[in-house]
Amino acid sequence: MGKVHMRVYRGNSEGGQLKDYNVQAEEGMVVLDVIHKIQATQSSDLACRWNCKAGKCGSCSAEINGKPRLMCMTRMNEFKEDEIITVMPMKTFPIMKDLATDVSFNYEINKRIPPFTPVEGADWHWEQEDVDRVQEFRKCIECFLCQDTCHVLRDHDKMAKFAGPRFFVRIASLEMHPIDALDRTALLKNEHGIGLCNITKCCTEVCPESIHITDNAIIPLKERVVDKYYDPLRILWNKVFGK
Amino acid sequence: MAMDVRTKRGLGVTLRKDAWWLEPLFYQCLFGGFVVYATWAALNPYGPNGKAYYEYGPYLSPMFSPFFNPDWLHKLPAWLATPALLVLWAPAGFRGTCYYYRKAYYRSIFMDPPGCAVGESCVKYQGESKFFIFQNIHRYFFYVALLFIFVLSWDAILAMMWPVNGIGPDNHSNLGPKEFGVGVGTIVMALNAYLLGGYTLGCHAFRHLVGGGLDFLRVKKNNPIRFALWSVVTKLNERHMQWALVSMLWVGFTDFYIRMCAMGVWHDVRFFGFINKIGHIFGAAT
Repeated sequence: MGKVHMRVYRGNSEGGQLKDYNVQAEEGMVVLDVIHKIQATQSSDLACRWNCKAGKCGSCSAEINGKPRLMCMTRMNEFKEDEIITVMPMKTFPIMKDLATDVSFNYEINKRIPPFTPVEGADWHWEQEDVDRVQEFRKCIECFLCQDTCHVLRDHDKMAKFAGPRFFVRIASLEMHPIDALDRTALLKNEHGIGLCNITKCCTEVCPESIHITDNAIIPLKERVVDKYYDPLRILWNKVFGK
Repeated sequence: MAMDVRTKRGLGVTLRKDAWWLEPLFYQCLFGGFVVYATWAALNPYGPNGKAYYEYGPYLSPMFSPFFNPDWLHKLPAWLATPALLVLWAPAGFRGTCYYYRKAYYRSIFMDPPGCAVGESCVKYQGESKFFIFQNIHRYFFYVALLFIFVLSWDAILAMMWPVNGIGPDNHSNLGPKEFGVGVGTIVMALNAYLLGGYTLGCHAFRHLVGGGLDFLRVKKNNPIRFALWSVVTKLNERHMQWALVSMLWVGFTDFYIRMCAMGVWHDVRFFGFINKIGHIFGAAT
């Protein structure tokens, strides 16, 4: 590989702009490598968050050529030779410095989800299929790319009313857990605003772990909310049979 | 200082370099084209001299099935008095509230958002919590759509019962006995029922109803039949988009095929009827 033309966002909470860098790229490099090279050779004060460089820690989330992606999983040979590669911080979250954003909103939401609470005297032996269903949700690496791309948060700023796809995944992992005793549907409808989701599936498209966020977590949760609040026959059934 | 690129907002604002606009454009053309054709076909069930364009002998267009033509319908304005009016509300309701179609039209028609990480107009957004809360009716449309699968499958079976006395000038089957026959139209109708079955049975609401709503899928505690059903529906659900689009296009094509036969533009080729006739000729010769 030859020289690559990078355009990286430099700024802080007061504002910023894109800055151009020409970097000598080498075979096998990913975008994170190039960012590190810029740090090492041209701008030692360029801030970016990273950790494992293997797509498992979820730290190096950014927007590369406008798409929310992990920098460590985006190979440089995906781009054309003369292409200008733009690297931006995640747009949904407040910026700290350069490519590092403040994602603490997510941890605050997480605190509001009642944790796993097993049924008293539960049988802890359960079938593989039940394990598989909730195991998919546990692949989440909390990169928050789904939160970044979700237009409810990104364009409509509904942080106060909407938990976002990451936390619907977490709630799904608890709600579908065979021996969890709690019912979080009221919380989903009222506090976490699942009704605000219009299932446009961008969260699923950007998930680096290929979790079927919309089909396997959000829609099944929406259906559980329908059971409890919007389906008159189901509500009647539950009243008659005391569920 | 130039405007901070990070804070720019508005419809279509993005740093994406790929052709993100192709997908909404494709769906606008596809859905727009289908809606225009379906509306035109529904409002034009008859040709000159009352010739039926919705059927051709044993073939009945899925846009008019199950066929009802009550007297009160003809008290409506003439342009609206079509039997399709009594039918199309159900598939339209099912598809209109389908989770897949919702994704497609929220993106392509409402531009909310037009693409992932692409800006949208910042009108007051309520998602499906206020006006669009009616989308929660989807499972009820599913129940109706399920009945349609049986009706359309029955239509495909009836499409193998050819009138021995032929087809009248109004395109109705002439009275008299029926004989077994399979034409291209029969295959088109059978494929239509099959594709609609794949789409309907892969519905997210059905997936929830057959087992997805349970915390225990497999089990000691619950009926294993529900797990088996859930597994099948899940398989279909994984390709829900493909089933949805292909079945929609095939409904349009089935109507078009029957209409073309009814108008005399296309000649329907009968396979088994043809083979039977050859058999008769050979039988007579020997």
